[in-house]
Amino acid sequence: MLNFTIRRLLISVPTLVFISLVIFLLLQLAPGDPMAQVPLTVPPEVKQKMREALGLGQPIHIQYWKWLVQFFWVEPLHLFDYMFNTVYSEGMQRVISWQTRSPVMDIVAQRIPQTLWVVGMSYVLGIMIALPLGIISAYKQYSIFDQVGTFISMVGFSVPTFFTGVLLIVVFSVQLQWFPSIYDTTHKVTDFSSLMFQIKQMIMPVSVLALYNAAQIGRFMRASMLDNLNQDYVRTARAKGLPEKVVVLVHVLRNSMIPVITVIALGVPQVFGGAIITEQVFKVNGLGQLLITAIQANDLPMVQTLTFIFAILIVLFNLIADVLYGVLDPRIRYD
Amino acid sequence: MTDTTVQTKALSRNQWWDVWDQFKTHKGAVVGGGFLLFITLAVLFGPYLWTLDPQRLDIRAKDMRPIYTLLWDSGAKVSWGHPFGTDNLGRDTMAKLMAGGQVSMAVGWVAMLLSIVMGTAIGVVAGYFKRFDGLLMRFTDLFLALPLLPLLLVIMMLFRDSLRKSFGPEMGIFILIVIGIGITSWMQTARIVRGDVLALKERDFILAARSIGTSPRHMISRHLLPNVMSPIMVSATLGLANAIITESALSFLGLGFPSDFPTWGKLLFDATDRMELYPERVIWPGICISFTVLSVNYIGDGLRDALDPRIRGR
Repeated sequence: MLNFTIRRLLISVPTLVFISLVIFLLLQLAPGDPMAQVPLTVPPEVKQKMREALGLGQPIHIQYWKWLVQFFWVEPLHLFDYMFNTVYSEGMQRVISWQTRSPVMDIVAQRIPQTLWVVGMSYVLGIMIALPLGIISAYKQYSIFDQVGTFISMVGFSVPTFFTGVLLIVVFSVQLQWFPSIYDTTHKVTDFSSLMFQIKQMIMPVSVLALYNAAQIGRFMRASMLDNLNQDYVRTARAKGLPEKVVVLVHVLRNSMIPVITVIALGVPQVFGGAIITEQVFKVNGLGQLLITAIQANDLPMVQTLTFIFAILIVLFNLIADVLYGVLDPRIRYD
Repeated sequence: MTDTTVQTKALSRNQWWDVWDQFKTHKGAVVGGGFLLFITLAVLFGPYLWTLDPQRLDIRAKDMRPIYTLLWDSGAKVSWGHPFGTDNLGRDTMAKLMAGGQVSMAVGWVAMLLSIVMGTAIGVVAGYFKRFDGLLMRFTDLFLALPLLPLLLVIMMLFRDSLRKSFGPEMGIFILIVIGIGITSWMQTARIVRGDVLALKERDFILAARSIGTSPRHMISRHLLPNVMSPIMVSATLGLANAIITESALSFLGLGFPSDFPTWGKLLFDATDRMELYPERVIWPGICISFTVLSVNYIGDGLRDALDPRIRGR
């Protein structure tokens, strides 16, 4: 198992290098100039010096190398310093945003909790809805419950999240005025009433994303259960006289969970990507919203870092999915 | 009596008729197909029937509500001349929905075709020629590990201006969006096609074809491609749905078509600022997108069942 994990870990290194190269080269083509905001009265030789200070005069491979060093060495070192009050990263240049002139990672760290709260909650909720839905749908195939459930999950993944979000806002915050339409990220939970407010403002964004995730995972769960329900070992288990509950919930469910768990793991980074839209609808100032504003402001270091963070998430969860698959299904390991 | 039965048997029955018979039994797919046909015809020929120009400003007729608002609000500003209402500059909503639908559908179809062609080409080459297999599949895996939506946003930001200069504002963005969606969605098709080609290569009819000296070009076009048609068609439906959603998402994030050029996603995005007062401007484009995608997904479901010979016999 350890061997398998190490092998998978080694494959992901070149993948990450390739992705970082793609992102870096793509952004090298950007037409934006960080000096565009500098007043015209600044003489050209000073501008040239400022450009060099930002590291823009050097050849591409050196810029790429420096970016890699900043991203994989300086920033983790800085985090280490911050956590253990050490001074290893003293004097090292961090990745600086052109927009705010402050380190990109500091801003990212400020924005992560909002995204994690909304996205994480919605994913957990989505899984909690999807699993029982898929199990019952498959067990009672072609029943009314199955038909309705399949229809709802079809709607759930066909209707784009920006439309469900807007629809919820029109119904629940404009017409009924139950929930606020804008997510207030400065809100702090101190007592019961502020907790209620926090729950209220989270209901709509979370349920939009949860519906979408539940639809996707529910379909997989149903298909996987259906595959297993007709297998010979199920007939054997029934013939042994096991109660139906044990047959379905222990024998079939365990085997059907293998592909579903992989799908759940693979879905996590996509949820982060999809949250870009939901964050825009409900004006949550999380990572997605940060990416959009950075793109609009031509803030290349920020865009580069954020895109790369999304890429790392994908590679990481691919790895987790593979390893989980290996843990759950011994046939995979010996390949 | 006996004559007719003999005749129907004698008629060479194409396997696609079996597929069609099975497809017809899937209710959702039939309804979906009907709706897709309806909406396609509506956006294509609707502007000939409803001749109002979607770009014409008519400031006196601004902020009209849809006609059905009368049901609960008799004082609403409505007119039979604008059954779906108008926007804040007096442009007719129905005309804009049809014009927007044309663009959204065109983007969807072209991007889908592009991604299918790319995916099929890469899949067939990787599956048929062993020496390209490893390289192309690593390449596919790398593409699958890219963060697609963020990258698509970045691509839109980077190349918008240069393409706008060389092809004009509308055509430039159209090319950019179509290529962007195409190159970020071919990977699943490539994987499926490769797997099927690998399985087909072991079959006897391929061996027979090879033994009479069929060239690789004819092998692919006569023997392999017709046999991988069914997974390609299923992923084409998924691709169409995906392309329509991605285009509207880009427009919704403000990185799609220019502001006076309507698509369904753009109409939805423009309307969100005033949705408290005029919710219908958000709801109608949203319904158009959702129903189109829903019907395409149902068609995909029906096709998958119809093209699966294991299910078809039952």
